[in-house]
Amino acid sequence: MIRSQVLICGGTGCTSSGSKVLIEEFENRIEENGLSDEIKIVRTGCFGLCALGPVVIVYPDGTFYSRVQKEDVAEIVSEHLLKGRIVERLVYSDVDEKVKDEIRHVSLNDTNFYKSQKRVALRNCGVINPESIDEYIAMDGYAALGKALTEMTPEQVIQTITDSGLRGRGGGGFPTGKKWSFTAANKADQKYVVCNADEGDPGAFMDRSVLEGDPHCIVEAMAICGYATGASEGYVYVRAEYPIAVARLKKAIEDARAYGLLGKNIFNSGFDFDLFVRLGAGAFVCGEETALMTSIEGNRGEPRPRPPYPAVKGLFGKPTTENNVETFANVPQIILKGAEFFNSMGTERSKGTKVFALGGKINNTGLVEVPMGTTLRQIVEDIGGGIPNGKKFKAAQTGGPSGGCIPASMLDIEIDYDNLVAQGAMMGSGGLIVMDEDTCMVDIAKFFLEFTVDESCGKCTPCRIGTRRLYEILEKITSGNGTLEDLDKMEKLCHYIKDNSLCGLGQTAPNPVLSTYTRFRDEYVAHVVDKKCPAGVCKNLLTISIDADKCRGCTACSRVCPVGAISGTVKNPHTIDPAKCIKCGACMEKCKFGAIVKK
Amino acid sequence: MADVNVKINGKDYTVPAGSTILEAARAAGINIPTLCYLKEINAIGACRICVVEVKGARSLVAACVYPVNEGMEIFTNSPKVIESRKMTLELLLSNHRKDCLSCVRSGNCELQKLCHDYGIEDEYAFKGAENKYDIDASASHMRRDNTKCILCRRCVAVCEKNQGAAVIGANDRGFDTNIGCAFEYPLGNVACISCGQCITACPTGALYERDDTQKFVDAVNDPEKIVLVQTAPAVRVGLGEEFGYPIGSIVTGKMVSAIRALGADKVFDTNFGADLTIMEEANEFIDRYKNNDNLPMITSCSPGWVKYCEHYYPEMIPHLSTCKSPQGMFGATAKTYYAEKMGIDPKNIFVASVMPCTAKKFEAERLDHTAVEGLPDIDVVITVRELARMIKKAGILFNMLPDGEFDSPFGLGSGAGTIFGATGGVMEAALRTAYETLTGEELEKLEFNEVRGTEGIKEATYTIAGNEIRVAVCSGTANAGKLLDMVKSGEKQYDFIEVMACPGGCVNGGGQPIQHASVRNNYDIKAMRAAGLYEDDRNLPVRKSHENPDIKAVYAEYFGKPNSHKAHEVLHTGYTPRKKY
Repeated sequence: MIRSQVLICGGTGCTSSGSKVLIEEFENRIEENGLSDEIKIVRTGCFGLCALGPVVIVYPDGTFYSRVQKEDVAEIVSEHLLKGRIVERLVYSDVDEKVKDEIRHVSLNDTNFYKSQKRVALRNCGVINPESIDEYIAMDGYAALGKALTEMTPEQVIQTITDSGLRGRGGGGFPTGKKWSFTAANKADQKYVVCNADEGDPGAFMDRSVLEGDPHCIVEAMAICGYATGASEGYVYVRAEYPIAVARLKKAIEDARAYGLLGKNIFNSGFDFDLFVRLGAGAFVCGEETALMTSIEGNRGEPRPRPPYPAVKGLFGKPTTENNVETFANVPQIILKGAEFFNSMGTERSKGTKVFALGGKINNTGLVEVPMGTTLRQIVEDIGGGIPNGKKFKAAQTGGPSGGCIPASMLDIEIDYDNLVAQGAMMGSGGLIVMDEDTCMVDIAKFFLEFTVDESCGKCTPCRIGTRRLYEILEKITSGNGTLEDLDKMEKLCHYIKDNSLCGLGQTAPNPVLSTYTRFRDEYVAHVVDKKCPAGVCKNLLTISIDADKCRGCTACSRVCPVGAISGTVKNPHTIDPAKCIKCGACMEKCKFGAIVKK
Repeated sequence: MADVNVKINGKDYTVPAGSTILEAARAAGINIPTLCYLKEINAIGACRICVVEVKGARSLVAACVYPVNEGMEIFTNSPKVIESRKMTLELLLSNHRKDCLSCVRSGNCELQKLCHDYGIEDEYAFKGAENKYDIDASASHMRRDNTKCILCRRCVAVCEKNQGAAVIGANDRGFDTNIGCAFEYPLGNVACISCGQCITACPTGALYERDDTQKFVDAVNDPEKIVLVQTAPAVRVGLGEEFGYPIGSIVTGKMVSAIRALGADKVFDTNFGADLTIMEEANEFIDRYKNNDNLPMITSCSPGWVKYCEHYYPEMIPHLSTCKSPQGMFGATAKTYYAEKMGIDPKNIFVASVMPCTAKKFEAERLDHTAVEGLPDIDVVITVRELARMIKKAGILFNMLPDGEFDSPFGLGSGAGTIFGATGGVMEAALRTAYETLTGEELEKLEFNEVRGTEGIKEATYTIAGNEIRVAVCSGTANAGKLLDMVKSGEKQYDFIEVMACPGGCVNGGGQPIQHASVRNNYDIKAMRAAGLYEDDRNLPVRKSHENPDIKAVYAEYFGKPNSHKAHEVLHTGYTPRKKY
């Protein structure tokens, strides 16, 4: 009889930090100790706390081990699994002291990272073996599809989704129920459901986690959507860079077919539905719904003008409903537990929960799912564990390269669709990049813009040429050659690109520039007028010099300087030749006396 | 369809539902500029020059693709709209090689015109990186200079939709996006059919014909050479546009005078070659019809179509008529019969063709079935645009020229030859001759109206001397592909098919004068030019090829009868299967 289960994260993050080796090691050690009949190893999807991977959880007690290495496995097996003694040195310890005192074994849900989270979309991630359809079914999987097909009319399904207040999690936040009703209203010989899994925002990986950790929930949700809208076929468009997600999704589809949960006459209801996977080649623009469909059709992934909207003329010219992975991941729960389960969470116009990918200058990088309306401060400080090295929070960028930044003064805003837009930012897919005081806001705007310049498809003039010219202006500013006229031109160009671009990529591309220019205008002016970068990032605007009072003449700096810019004799203060200095900062790292300063 | 009420610039209008804003505004007498939009060919909303404000819309919308709806309020001329259009032009200019003074399209460039209309003050308003590309000079008929390309993709659309070749598309992405062949192959190495439709679709100087005017000038100035010029049927209805005549004007007389003024020794009419083609082709058809030999027989006078067939339907090559095109028959006859008759060494005969076509340049370089071994049938092919340039450069005041007459003996062309220039014309011309040959009776009514008109595919059945002859006519090689697929599948049966590579036939050829999208979007230039040719046919004294006295003479003096051994040696040709990739 199985008395204990060892859950090992098999998501992309933990796989790359070594969880695959860990699984083999566990299997070997368990066998050596003759525990094969008592202990079961489960390779799960992502737990969310990727920075601490590989992550291992032992049930039934729920002990949460982090950063487990191959060498640690023997100890966990012989101590914990055999003798029931927790290996305390590996237990994750970011919890309140009080909790620590009360319980010896810290479980996942006690950690500061997890305790304020509310997992709906990610509910099965890190809990079940994603490659087992039986485990999914054991967690009420496919019960929602059964309920929809046998107890509800398509209209009732759409009504439930509408009542739940679910809005698209991919960027725009369009009400999902309304979207479904548009497709349902159009008569056609063939309709489609499309799942957008072309997650492209740098740093965002919630869709990957769902596909890796709970692929069946997407299969189930798409079938429900097909029933509601009258579609008999669906496509999942997923990035080829997500091999684990693709493999698990394909297996999930095959298993669902084998169980009769896809195919003809599902649940004897007369409803037919089947799913196909299409791989994207990694172009950001293919996350735009019309470009995505153009790509599935076998053409170069470029957006097409709307109207006609996909609900009228979508994939292969047929009415199509397109939602992203996280949106779909909420659907089975809403159908099963009712609209109220979902709309009881969140704010007035943004219901339910939202998954954020925390990144940048923050201690706990990873995935978090919180109710809408959670404040930015709670996410950054409580869940994210604050900024490393005692630095100050400067701003957070939401919505990736299409979003904007929220400054420290707005840390207490409740995060929902409308509040973010009001702040000149956007929800986007939920990327949340934290920036500390060492971040130059002009440089960060340039960084995000460089991404959209690279990812522009090149179809329309404003995006193809306009973003490039905008980037060139930012380059001019950060290199110290900008003028006040350039700032005016930059602002004008931003508004032009927003107003004139063909698709969402171009229309939102200037957001990082506009939002930093609105919030941190002083920094732009400093670059242009004072020729200074206040955060000390833009190399051309920096000088590195040696404080003669602090310098002891140890010569460490002159020895490390790659260009021979530092001169001086032993025990006498050294000097840097600014004409030679390439501002690499190697000398600063070497100096033990804090004598080298960057201004 | 029902009508909807819209407000444009504050005034109320009722327009058909389903119209685009562009169409609605046009009906209201308001012009909205376009660059990437080309009616029925390209509607992708990419260039953004046609943006307008719509009340309540989040951003500006592209008028060329945005449909009107009830109660819509549109502003086509607001300060924001004008500023946006200006900025779009300034951005396009910032990555456009601005050597306007030496550009082949100077004075006829859509970008240049818009910059002028919108009062662009600083063509360097945005400075920055500019893409560098080499000119693709690999094809025998044209050049691509991507430093002037504004990525409107009209060429891409016309190549795919109208011509069914789809040999060009977008490569790379973002700022580096460029139009070219797959894998960045040069155009000369792919299955391009040389039709030149991309050139006439191009708003700027990015695409242009290979300029062969110097070869003509050199020949004229070579005392050894006797320069014989032939002019294709559709040239007389196209050339006038270059000199301010309305579309569809016939300028045959001035054209002849101008070419003579350029130094040609003789100016002949390709209509004669067309009549010769009909004599051969009508008789070839009668033979093949009687013997049920590789039917349907398909015409071979359009070199773009012939190349399309070789690349895309090589298995249909046996169905092609073995007749050379009118251009080829003229050249071959000039270097044999004419040379003998006039006692000139064929080496010293220089045949220059003025054609509405770029594929004729390619055809002239097919050297495997020439009439005189070692000599090309045609020495140079000049498009209508090149001829106009030469006339302007030579200081010839075209509009003031007297009407000249073609020289003898190849100066007489029938009306049947003239209508070769419009889709359906070859079929009609062949039917006029085939009818009278088969029945021995005179046709009462010469017009075969079923095969006229600009539709892409037309079909008809005629009973001639008790024989049911099923014919089809198509233009635009994409339509040819559709038609051949139906023939191959057995869905359709025909005895005789006419194919013209360019939509509408030679009147809309790739070597014709370029009309801006602002004209093409509002007028059917191919129908207007075709009307000119049918008018010309009506006014000619001889309207059937076999009644042309020059034709009768050449058979009596040289070829004997159609499809004779001699005729085969001189006037017929063969084809080569070519690869698609």
